Amino acid sequence: MSKHHDELDEKAPPKGGFSRRGFFRGVGVTSGALGSAILGEQEADAAQAAGAKIGPGAVPVSLNINGKVHNINVEPRVTLLDACRNHLDITGAKRVCDRGTCGACTMIANGKVIYSCTVLAVDAQGKQIQTIEGIAAAARPHPLSTAFVNNDGQQCGYCTPGFVMAAKGLLDKNPSPTYDQVKAGLGGNLCRCGTYVGVRKAVLEAAKAMKGAKNA
Amino acid sequence: MPNYSWPPMSTRKAIGQRLSRHDGLEKSTGKAKYNSDLNKPGMLQSALLTSPYAHARVRSIDTSAAEKAPGVTAVRVIATPGTELQWQSQEIAIVAASTEQAARDAVRLIKVDYEVLPHVVKEEDISKVGNRAKPAGEQLTGDPDKAFKEADVVNEGHYGIPVLTHCCLEPHGQVVQWNGDQVNYWPSTQNVSGIGGDLAKNIELPATAIKVHQDHIGGGFGSKFGSDRWGVEGARLSKASGGRPVKTFLDRATELNIAGNRPSAYARIKMGAKKDGTIIAWESTSWATGGMGGGALPPIPYVITNIPNRRLNHSAVATNGGPLRAWRAPNHPQASFLTCAAVEDLAAKLGMDPIEVFVKNIEYAPEARRESYVHQFKKAAELAEWSKRWHRRGDSGSGPVKRGLGVGICSWGGAGHASTCNARINPDGSVDIELGSQDLGTGTRTIIAQVAAETLGLPVNAIKVKLGDNSLPPSNGSGGSTTVGGVSSSTRIATVNALDQLFEKVAASLSTTADKLEAVGGKIQVKGDPAKSLTWAAACRKLGTQSIAAQGQNNPRNPLGLNTQGVAGVQIADVSVDVETGVVKMNRMVAVQDCGLVVNPKLAEGQVTGACIMSICGALMEERVMDGQTGRVLNPDMEFYKLAGAADIGEIIVHMDIREELDKRGVIGLGEPPTVGGVAAIANAVANAIGVRVPIIPLTPDRVLRALEERRSA
Ligand code: FES
Ligand code: FES
Repeated sequence: MSKHHDELDEKAPPKGGFSRRGFFRGVGVTSGALGSAILGEQEADAAQAAGAKIGPGAVPVSLNINGKVHNINVEPRVTLLDACRNHLDITGAKRVCDRGTCGACTMIANGKVIYSCTVLAVDAQGKQIQTIEGIAAAARPHPLSTAFVNNDGQQCGYCTPGFVMAAKGLLDKNPSPTYDQVKAGLGGNLCRCGTYVGVRKAVLEAAKAMKGAKNA
Repeated sequence: MPNYSWPPMSTRKAIGQRLSRHDGLEKSTGKAKYNSDLNKPGMLQSALLTSPYAHARVRSIDTSAAEKAPGVTAVRVIATPGTELQWQSQEIAIVAASTEQAARDAVRLIKVDYEVLPHVVKEEDISKVGNRAKPAGEQLTGDPDKAFKEADVVNEGHYGIPVLTHCCLEPHGQVVQWNGDQVNYWPSTQNVSGIGGDLAKNIELPATAIKVHQDHIGGGFGSKFGSDRWGVEGARLSKASGGRPVKTFLDRATELNIAGNRPSAYARIKMGAKKDGTIIAWESTSWATGGMGGGALPPIPYVITNIPNRRLNHSAVATNGGPLRAWRAPNHPQASFLTCAAVEDLAAKLGMDPIEVFVKNIEYAPEARRESYVHQFKKAAELAEWSKRWHRRGDSGSGPVKRGLGVGICSWGGAGHASTCNARINPDGSVDIELGSQDLGTGTRTIIAQVAAETLGLPVNAIKVKLGDNSLPPSNGSGGSTTVGGVSSSTRIATVNALDQLFEKVAASLSTTADKLEAVGGKIQVKGDPAKSLTWAAACRKLGTQSIAAQGQNNPRNPLGLNTQGVAGVQIADVSVDVETGVVKMNRMVAVQDCGLVVNPKLAEGQVTGACIMSICGALMEERVMDGQTGRVLNPDMEFYKLAGAADIGEIIVHMDIREELDKRGVIGLGEPPTVGGVAAIANAVANAIGVRVPIIPLTPDRVLRALEERRSA
C-alpha cells in the first residue's frame, strides 16, 4: 500500500464507516497491489499544474522498461499496459479487467507495485519499470517463477505473471512474510482457475529460497 | 492385437508420478504466448459496437462517419436494419483500425436508431415473468400424493442459484488473417481441431483453408468452442482490409455480458421421509434461465435419483440476457445444490445427520457408484472432523460467530472423447507425440508425456509433446471432462504401436523376436533376461535414417478398457458465520474425488482445489445482477462481479480417491465433477451454523441477515 494511498484514507474519513479500502475489501479484494496502483498521481497533478498540455494525437513517449529505454509514439490516453502489450510486444502482463481490480497487469515502478492498466504511458516516463520479463537474473528463472511451478500455483496461467509480480513486490518489502501476510499481500490479484493454494505456498517457498541465496 | 492395457499400478514408473506441469515455467516467467498476446506484422485492432438495450429492433444504422474516421480500414454491420436484438451487448457492428483507440473512436461515430422493445431480465420471482415461462410438462413416477400422506416427516423449501458468468481471464477473441484462399486463425479456444471447421462454414470456405494455432488458453470453462460472431466478422474485416491480420478480444463488460453464462435454477421442493430417514417422496417445481432459450431442468433429485415417488415440473424462462454456454459440469452444480439443500433441510427436521440420511438412501443412487459414495462420505467426514465438529442445526453456541459443517455430492461421466495421436520415434532417440488437442491448464501436455514415457520406458522429459495446431491429428474439443481419457488412450495406443515397430527392427540384433521384448528404464531388453538389452539410443540408431511413425486412436465406442465414465465425489465445507454482520468465512473445504486411474495426482489435486475455489466464489460471491428497469447487467466488471481472493478461501484439503478397484476402471475425466458439490456443501454449512436456511445463492451478508431476520419475525 503506497504512502500516498494511506494518506488518502486518513484524509477522507469514511462516511458511515465506509472507507475506500474497506469498500474494496467488501467486494472481495483484500489488499495488495490495489491502491499503490495510483502511481504518480502527485506527479501527474504537478505536471498539470505546470500547464503542460499534450495530445490528443500520438506523442513521443520514452519508457524505461527492465533497464532498457523504449521510444514510441502513442496517444496520451494509452495505458502503460497497452503501450507494453500493443506497441512493445512485452506481453507478460495481461489485460483482464482493465480497471484496477484483478492484478493481471501488475508491474513494479520505482519499487512500487502498480496496476499498469491504471497508469498512462505518458505518466510512466522517467520511472524504472519492471515487468515479469525483467525479474530473472541472467539465464536463471526468478525463484518465484520456479516456486510457482513446484507448487503448481497456476493452471491456465493467465493470472500468473501478475501474481508473480505482486509476490515480488511483497517479498521486496517483506522478505520473510508470514502466511497471513502472504494471503493479504496477494489480495489485489484474482485467479479464475483457483490456484491460490499453490500460489500461497509458492510465495513462502520462494521467500525461503531467496533468503537462503542471500545468506549463502 | 497388441496389448494396450495400462500396466498394473505396482509396476508403473511415469504414470502416477506427482510431476510439475511441463509448461509451468513458460507461464510463470511470462514467456508463454497466448493468442491475445500476439502482435502480427501489419496487424489491425478492432472494436465492437454492441446493443445498449436488452431488447430492441434496429431501425437504421449509419456507418458513414465511422468509415471515414482516421485509421479505419473496414466497418461491418452485423445487425442490419430490422434485426431484433435480444440482449444487452448483442453485436451490432465492428470496426477494424490501425489502433484500438482509433477503432473505438470510430465505433462511437456509428449512428443507430433503435426501437426499444419490452424486456424481461429477472426470473427469481416466476410470477413476474408473464408468458416467458415455458412449462416442460410434468414428470411423474410412482404415487407422490399417497407417499406424502404416508410420510412421517414432510419438508418444504425454496432454493435458488443465479446466473453466473464464466469470466475467463483471457477474454474471448482471436487474431485472424484472411489472405487469398487461406485463413490463419489464432483464437482462444478449447477446440483446436474443430474450431476451424466452425469458422469455415460461417465464411463459406472449405475447412482445410483454415489454419488454427494456439499454444495456451487463458481459461474457457466450457465457453470457448465455436468461432463466434466476432471470429467470423474478424475474418471478414481482415479480408476487407487487404488480408491484414485483425485482432479482436472482447473487453471485460462485453465478455461478461455475451461470452457465456451458466443458467440459473430455482425450485420449490417438497420431500417426505419415514422417521428412520428413508426418503419416500419428492415433488419439485423448478425454473431456470440462461437467456432467450431458457434453462433446462437440472438432473434432480441429484444422485439419489430413484426416489420411488416423484413429481417434477419445470419451466424454461426466456429472459433478455446473453445466451448460456456450457459451464464446467452443465446443470450439475445447480442440481447438487437443490437436492443436497433439500436433503439437509429434511435431515434437520428429522433430527438426523445429513450424511446418515444420504447413506440411508444410497440405493436410490446408480448401483455402480453406491459403494464409492459411502466410502467417500466416510473419508470426507474423517478429514473434516465431522464427528467432532458437526452439530445439530443451529446448535452452535451463544457467541455471534457460528461454526457449521455441510455436505455436497457430485457425479459425472467423463469418458474419453475421440482422439488421434501420432507417435514418432526418431533415429536420434527423440520421441515426438502430436495431437490436435489443447492444454487448458489442466495439465494435458504433461499427462500425455507421462503416458508416452510409461509405454516407452523413458524419462518423462525425453518426450516432446506437440499440441495446439489443427494440422496435427484431430482430437475433440475439451469439454465435459473428456480430454484426459481421450488423449491418454490415443497416446497409449500410438506409443504401443510405435514401440512394436521398434521391437521388430531390433529383435534380430538381440537374437529374439519382437514379442519377447520390453522397454524398461531406458532400455529395450528381452523379457526375463535383462542382460540381453540395448540402450534406447542404441536401439533407435538401428532405425538408420527413417523414423518410426505410428498412430493411435481412441474410439469412444470401444475404448479398450483404457478409459471409462462415471465418478463420485463428496465435499464438506466448514464455515464460520457472523450473525451480526452476515459475513460467511470459509474455514475449510474437504473434497474427496474419484476419477479412476489418476495419471498425475499433483495436477489432479490442482484441478480439484481449483474447483473448490470456484465453488467458494459461486457460493459466496458470484452473481450476474440484472436491472429490471433498464434490462442491463449491473455488474459487468470485476469489482462487482466478485471472485474470491487468496485470503477468502480458507484451507482446502483434497483427497484423490485412488484405489486399486477404481484404478482398474481406467482413466476418467476430472474437470467437471469437483465443481459440482461445493456450493451445496457451503450452503448447508451455513444453514448448519446459523440454524436457518439461506435459500438463495450467493450467500451474501444481506441474504444471511435477511434469513435470520425472517426467522426472528416468524
Ligand atoms: S487488468 Fe489491470 S488490474 Fe485488471
Ligand atoms: S491460472 Fe487461470 S486464471 Fe489463474
